[in-house]
Amino acid sequence: MATEVLPRLKGKRHRLERPELLAPAGNLEKLKYAVHYGADAVYIGGQKYGLRSNADNFTFDEMREGVEFAARYGAKVFVATNIYAHNEDIEGLEDYLRELEAAGIAAIIAADPLIVETAMRVSPKLEVHLSTQQSTLNWQAVQFWKNEGLPRVVLGRETSLEQIAEIKANVDIEIEAFIHGAMCSSFSGRCVLSNHFTDRDSNRGGCCQSCRWKYDLHVPEQGAVDEEDLFTMGSKDLCMIEHMPALIESGVDSFKIEGRMKSLHYVATVVNAYRQAIDTYFENPDSYELNPAWVEEINKAANRPLNTGFFFDTPGAEDHIYEAEDKAAPYDFAGVVMDYDPATGWATIQQRNHFKPGQEIEFFGPEGFFKQIVGELTDDQGEPLNAARHPLQLVRLRTEHPVRPMDMMRKRINK
Amino acid sequence: MSKRTELLCTAASLDELERLIAAGADAFVIGETRYGMRLAGEFSEAQIAAAVAMAKPRGVRIYVSINNLIENERLPELPGYIDTLAAAGVDAIVFGDPAVLMTVRASHPELGLHWNAEMTSTNYATANFWGRRGATRFVVARELNMDQIVEMKQHTELQVEVQVHGMTNIYHSKRYLLQSYADHNRTTKPADLPPGQLVTGKDQGLFLMEAERPEERFPIFEDSNGTHVMSSDDICMLENLHELLEAGIDSLKIDGFMKSTIYNETVVRAYRQAIDAYYADPAGYQFDEAALEPIQALQDPDRELSFGFFYKEQVY
Repeated sequence: MATEVLPRLKGKRHRLERPELLAPAGNLEKLKYAVHYGADAVYIGGQKYGLRSNADNFTFDEMREGVEFAARYGAKVFVATNIYAHNEDIEGLEDYLRELEAAGIAAIIAADPLIVETAMRVSPKLEVHLSTQQSTLNWQAVQFWKNEGLPRVVLGRETSLEQIAEIKANVDIEIEAFIHGAMCSSFSGRCVLSNHFTDRDSNRGGCCQSCRWKYDLHVPEQGAVDEEDLFTMGSKDLCMIEHMPALIESGVDSFKIEGRMKSLHYVATVVNAYRQAIDTYFENPDSYELNPAWVEEINKAANRPLNTGFFFDTPGAEDHIYEAEDKAAPYDFAGVVMDYDPATGWATIQQRNHFKPGQEIEFFGPEGFFKQIVGELTDDQGEPLNAARHPLQLVRLRTEHPVRPMDMMRKRINK
Repeated sequence: MSKRTELLCTAASLDELERLIAAGADAFVIGETRYGMRLAGEFSEAQIAAAVAMAKPRGVRIYVSINNLIENERLPELPGYIDTLAAAGVDAIVFGDPAVLMTVRASHPELGLHWNAEMTSTNYATANFWGRRGATRFVVARELNMDQIVEMKQHTELQVEVQVHGMTNIYHSKRYLLQSYADHNRTTKPADLPPGQLVTGKDQGLFLMEAERPEERFPIFEDSNGTHVMSSDDICMLENLHELLEAGIDSLKIDGFMKSTIYNETVVRAYRQAIDAYYADPAGYQFDEAALEPIQALQDPDRELSFGFFYKEQVY
């Protein structure tokens, strides 16, 4: 993993507009938290045409509610329609796109030219963003899609910061890049492992992540190379929190976080950290310094070890996961703040995981962070509890500092 | 293009090209790894010109693959490379990246343009999109079934190419995964290291096995385009070739990637005979079981001859 920050590209900062922070939202609650924690836009999946056929995915009614909620924060909602369609998917596409437009969706993220073209024809108010599934790596290909009328391209995850800057220098178009989360180790869209292993169609949302399975690598006449640490294609997850100035100055217009299948806690934690980093940079680029707390926060939500993907160089041995994976962070999501009484200092918490008096917990939100020990605990009628046992149960406890609705609570766990 | 279905092959060398012409190939896809992916062999610009000179007088067409996922750094070379190919007299360019399409359209609109995005050419509307942008042919994704392929042909004016024999790519990464794995093992247990470095090219015979699928061997190799994993079976549609011929598929491809010349020669000859027998009497055509035997005799016993995805339903 490259650790040094690139020199200022071309010797100067050539861009100082604030990039969009784009977050995943697997359901309506996650959408609300992503926006509340600082996402400028969120992307979601609908019931069809998306690549996460196992996710909750939004109905049109939920989309409308999500769009309305996001609008209160000035945030937009995008829908991933990023499958490679088969013949039988053509029917129904026009109606689906019109429904998205009517629901107030700002943009679709599409890979298949069928979907790109149809959207431009039938739903002109929907912006069309070219998905990373097209694995677009060069500026002429980006120019092609601009000529087609697309305002934005999500680049392949194989592009480096220097290549991105070169694309921006050659084509006047918005560039979106993944900055955080899990990665296909293949060129996106160029993998049919799932099809071959399980007859599940990876490019229509059926991916079973065979790249993360373990394999024996055989050399003819020698047998398996290593029987302990098996071969895998699985990559560490992407994390660019330590390199925000280089990323911002490369000219990327939208910073995308992966993870429509990730938890509420994950989305809030990661969005919160990047929001703070971007805002800190724009307060004063010259005095910007990485706050170690952002890295710590991100590590508390991490599912896998982290790396910087292709931004600085081609990933090597240290960027893949050959050994058994540790549970990355000794923290668990424990609850969300529903209410707070400043007169008494007691908060009402909706339970999301077991916790009890004496345990170390952390509260965090867009406006603050602190740790404390759980003291006295009651149910919502004031009856004492020796633990918060029930999912979604409302409980009360005294917090050492003021908290706000939608602040989150996590607990430290003993590994 | 003639009404007759084309028998398209790959070639690893000028010598193999000559032998496969003799065996009955109508056309070839060749090229070099600098511009194309997973080619049977390397053809320099001079060798491509020699291939055209060998093929043209016999009515055999030469297509050159420029279907890499292209990075900025490679763009400046493209126009010159395409000029050279056009001057050599090649018939078409195989492309996946829009940058190649734009370059060919700008400078050599007379060249055929075959859209081959491999796994992602999955419906006729998308094929027709590329057709309106200049493509003359598209290559159907190998993960489609017969019904889908026939339906695609019915809904397009473009030539339709279908792979009927050989292995297919199932995973392509820009990462050097084999080298990374070797480096990892060197770091963690230097004492156990086998002598010499792991050699990772396509001729090394490396393969992956998965614990629950002990019968299947997935070839894996690295080249300058990254890491490639290939299917554990070889498609063989000889038995049901008439279904594709009846559907009017324009080009049937035998991919000779990672196969010997003698194997490819045998396969091409068998398909040539089946196609000729079909056209001699389409109504009375019957598959001759014996036609498979020469292929089976040379088939790697660890690799099943299968129908690929032609008769499968996939879920998602």
